[in-house]
Amino acid sequence: MEFVNPEGLRLDGRRPMEMRQLRAEIGVVSKADGSAVFEMGNTKVIAAVYGPREVQNRSQQSNDQALVRCEYSMANFSTGDRMRKPKGDRRSTEISMVIRQTMEACILTHLMPRSQIDIFVQVLQADGGTRSACINAATLALADAGIPMTDIVTSCSAGFLNGTPLLDLNYVEDSAGGPDVTVGILPKLDKVTLLQMDSKLQMETFETVMQLATEGCKAVASYIREVLLENTKQLESRRGV
Amino acid sequence: MRDAILKGHGTAEMYDRLVATLCGVVERVNKLVYVRPLRARYKPEIGDIIIGRVIEVAPKRWKLEINFSQDAVLMLSSMNLPDGIQRRRTAVDELNMRSIFEENDVICAEVRGFQHDGCLHLQARSHEPQPTSKKPYLMRSSSLFVDNVCHGTHWVMKK
Repeated sequence: MEFVNPEGLRLDGRRPMEMRQLRAEIGVVSKADGSAVFEMGNTKVIAAVYGPREVQNRSQQSNDQALVRCEYSMANFSTGDRMRKPKGDRRSTEISMVIRQTMEACILTHLMPRSQIDIFVQVLQADGGTRSACINAATLALADAGIPMTDIVTSCSAGFLNGTPLLDLNYVEDSAGGPDVTVGILPKLDKVTLLQMDSKLQMETFETVMQLATEGCKAVASYIREVLLENTKQLESRRGV
Repeated sequence: MRDAILKGHGTAEMYDRLVATLCGVVERVNKLVYVRPLRARYKPEIGDIIIGRVIEVAPKRWKLEINFSQDAVLMLSSMNLPDGIQRRRTAVDELNMRSIFEENDVICAEVRGFQHDGCLHLQARSHEPQPTSKKPYLMRSSSLFVDNVCHGTHWVMKK
């Protein structure tokens, strides 16, 4: 199947190095300490953060740092066919663990000992790149909750089809069975906190694809910064201080 | 230049630069630079008067939820007894704890301090704390002054 036509356009009309449209909204769940909705094209994800709060399971309490828990689930209606088991299946458990490790790397947990931070992410619409959208949404929600972090974490995926590196794969491109590299970075510090890949790639090609995904992450980072700045200004003006 | 700046809350020094670790407003007071978050949880100080909701009645103590990173503890010995007499708390007092406060009651108390293990301890105020069985409408801990408790109504105003 042709994923990049002779003119150089993809199935949805994008160029190979073009990302999907990003949209973010902060403060959507009023009861949560922090929350955000993040959209990458048709993929739509909602994240809610509760904490730092009292640890519910005493045996897991840590005296010198906060406990970070994460739960990833997909809404029944998020995919084309209604999903039967939204969470608890292997993929969700794996992604929950991945997101938890990624976010834990940037949260300053030693500032909040004996407490727990819960991150809940739910996919409302799945069209490829749900993992990345979840991490981006979680970053926004953590910033909204006022939880100290060393840097924001942003994530983006890239693949390699028809001999071309493609940025930000959607579901159709992802299901093609080609390689899919997901990268999560701390943009200011230029550190990688997440690197996952499906399928196989040659070493040189892998470096190109990973570089492309990293560029995508940096683009997401500048968008997220804009959104946070705008949100902070609005909150501050509403307070009238 | 770096020596002239005091790093406050929400800042950290990384690679020779002072960066913000919180999303908020940067405040500068003389040499102190800190970031004030707009939506973080409450940070109790000693002497603050807080309102908390009882979530558990434990042996010789009540556990209160106060919108902080941990729950606060109100010891039975730190509470004023209904009859106002100062005496040693007996086993009977312990059994009657539920008649004073039970789950979902709202208590107004003062922060006594942090224990060595980081637990937050409260003490009763000089006049009797008034429990209310009403579902709290706005339950955020902040520096509040509770005044004019009459007919079971709490009037709460800022200090």
